[in-house]
Amino acid sequence: MLEIKNLHARIAEDGTEILRGIDLVVKPGEVHAIMGPNGSGKSTLSYILAGKDDYEVTEGDIVYNGQSLLDLAPDERAAAGVFLAFQYPIEIPGVATMTFLKTALNAQRKARGEDELSTPEFMKRVKEKSAELQITMDMLKRPLNVGFSGGEKKRAEILQMALLQPSLCVLDETDSGLDIDALKVVSDGVNRLRGPDRSFVVITHYQRLLDHIVPDVVHVLSKGRIVKTGGPELALELEQKGYADFVDAAA
Amino acid sequence: MTIEPRTLETRAETDLAEAYYRDRDALPGGVAVAGIRKSAFDAFRRSGLPHRRVEEWKYSDLRARLKSVPAFAARRSDDDAKAALAALDDVYGAADRYRLVIVDGHFHAGLSDVAALAEAGVRVCPLAEALVEEGESLMRLPQIAAGDAATGLNAVFCADGLVLSLPEGNSLDKPVEIVHALSASAVSTSERVIVAAAKGARATVLETFVGGAEGSFSNTLTDIRAGDEAEVTVARLQAEAAGTTHVGSAVVTLGAETKVKLIGAGIGAGFARHQSFIAFTGEGSRADLLGITMVRAGQHVDQTLVVDHAVPHCDSRELFKTVVGDGAKGIFQGKIIVRPHAQKTDGQMMTQSLLLSDDAEMSLKPELEIFADDVQCAHGATSGQIDEDLLFYLRSRGIPEAEARTLLVLAFLSEAVEEIGEEIVVEAFEERIRAWLAAGA
Ligand SMILES: Nc1ncnc2c1ncn2[C@@H]1O[C@H](COP(=O)(O)OP(=O)(O)OP(=O)(O)O)[C@@H](O)[C@H]1O
Ligand SMILES: [Mg+2]
Repeated sequence: MLEIKNLHARIAEDGTEILRGIDLVVKPGEVHAIMGPNGSGKSTLSYILAGKDDYEVTEGDIVYNGQSLLDLAPDERAAAGVFLAFQYPIEIPGVATMTFLKTALNAQRKARGEDELSTPEFMKRVKEKSAELQITMDMLKRPLNVGFSGGEKKRAEILQMALLQPSLCVLDETDSGLDIDALKVVSDGVNRLRGPDRSFVVITHYQRLLDHIVPDVVHVLSKGRIVKTGGPELALELEQKGYADFVDAAA
Repeated sequence: MTIEPRTLETRAETDLAEAYYRDRDALPGGVAVAGIRKSAFDAFRRSGLPHRRVEEWKYSDLRARLKSVPAFAARRSDDDAKAALAALDDVYGAADRYRLVIVDGHFHAGLSDVAALAEAGVRVCPLAEALVEEGESLMRLPQIAAGDAATGLNAVFCADGLVLSLPEGNSLDKPVEIVHALSASAVSTSERVIVAAAKGARATVLETFVGGAEGSFSNTLTDIRAGDEAEVTVARLQAEAAGTTHVGSAVVTLGAETKVKLIGAGIGAGFARHQSFIAFTGEGSRADLLGITMVRAGQHVDQTLVVDHAVPHCDSRELFKTVVGDGAKGIFQGKIIVRPHAQKTDGQMMTQSLLLSDDAEMSLKPELEIFADDVQCAHGATSGQIDEDLLFYLRSRGIPEAEARTLLVLAFLSEAVEEIGEEIVVEAFEERIRAWLAAGA
């Protein structure tokens, strides 16, 4: 279970406050959607969950399965089950995708006290998951994300998620840049991972994604605070009316 | 004795002068060679060791570095040389190759595959013998290298080394490794290796520089004479012990339609100066230079190169990657000269460095001296630190920080490693790079 308690955070470099008291509880098996205007702090929240040190938590806590994440390094958080599908996955020239995938998978297994995967077993898993996400082996022969199209990058993020099998999946605008067919492929990929022990935080601007990945709870984030929480119908309402009502209410 | 044109100022300079007076009669070569040594020594007496006010050496003050110069090593017995070698890393391990062994500056034919090479049509001659027979031509260097302080000192003191002669059209079936090993006692060495590839010959030469002790001073010179249509790859790996001072010069002369690839990896020594001099003397040739350097913990490493396009229609490519860790200093000086009639020259030089800590230092000095108008030349230089966003991405996937940094350093070097093109070199270098990174983690 993820519990975010009164989370305040600012940009480490210049002290600008971005998150101003976020409370959020995501139980195992639940899917929570976070929507909100540009610049409201959605990506910042996702980065802070993953442990990016550009941000400083000034108040509050993030507790995952009884343990504060704030004390953990990004790789320790990953080993504890946290995964962030980035809004803008970065290209890493010179790092072969396959080497990266294997290193990441085995590092997490090692951190959890499990044996490393054999190369054939690893290859089998990669082939299976990439086929499901319609990622060609050709793409995987390239350096990590290098030259991938916007949509390919997003699919590659979901491939990583499917391989690493995290228990808390944070998806930051995974739908942006995907064509209609790819949106379906990616959503199916996410839905295959849904289960009683896995939680999702899905950040998106569009109801369209939530047609495929149906959320249990929808939140509206504005100016660093959750200003409204509701069921899936809230997303439909936003789609029609925009954010004006909620944002004004918060101000 | 006539008037002293300049008083030798430092203890190291006095040591070198004394070594010359003591050893000169015993140094190999006839009258002509002795004359070359004498005029090189006179030049040394005039200018002393190179220091920061000598433009080409301004980042690598050898005079300040050398507190003293230990005596030049005498030839060891084959047994002693073998023991010294056994104590050192065998960089190429089980890889299939011919092996030629130089210990403390002296060639040990008894420990080398001279007979096997002879069977393949390739002659190996100890330099000490060759200097007696044909000394003057063997000592001659192209103009861009001849005036250098280190090649000059090598001319004064080179007592041995070897000449590897590939006859016309010879295509060697295996690489030749030339091991330059230093024993564990502090000595000075000054060997010279000459690789002479006649027309159309093809070979890969692996030079490894290993061993040494605190205070060792080696000043080696490898003179590669690649004739018309020859194709020669020389991969040099300098992995000497931490306290040594290593000066290594690679001098390359290309004929017409010749291809030379010169690969240099430097990770060892306390103070290292790797210099390359490339002279194009025939049209239609190409030289590829690759540099992979990794230093840390107070090491000083200098990569200096001069590429002389003296004739038209030649290409040169230089890619130098330097990783500088805590408290270390890296230097790149690269100069491409295009002479007035060297039209259609294509020279591209790139140097990139990765600084691993705030107290790591890198000096970059790329230069183009172009006197012809119809040429394509460019240079680029970058210097940066590990990208925190890339690091975060890798760590967010569960890769611990040290391992993530290793991946990013390997990624930085990968472009140069991929250009090596010789599998056994790639494997040996990658192993070294990983060991280096593991040692720092
Ligand atoms: N490292 C940073 N340096 C400077 N400003 C930052 C930094 N990170 C976030 N911000 C600022 O904080 C605010 C919130 O940014 P964030 O990326 O979290 O918004 P978002 O809700 O994800 O927006 P979008 O919907 O456009 O993706 C923005 O004004 C942004 O410019
Ligand atoms: Mg965002």
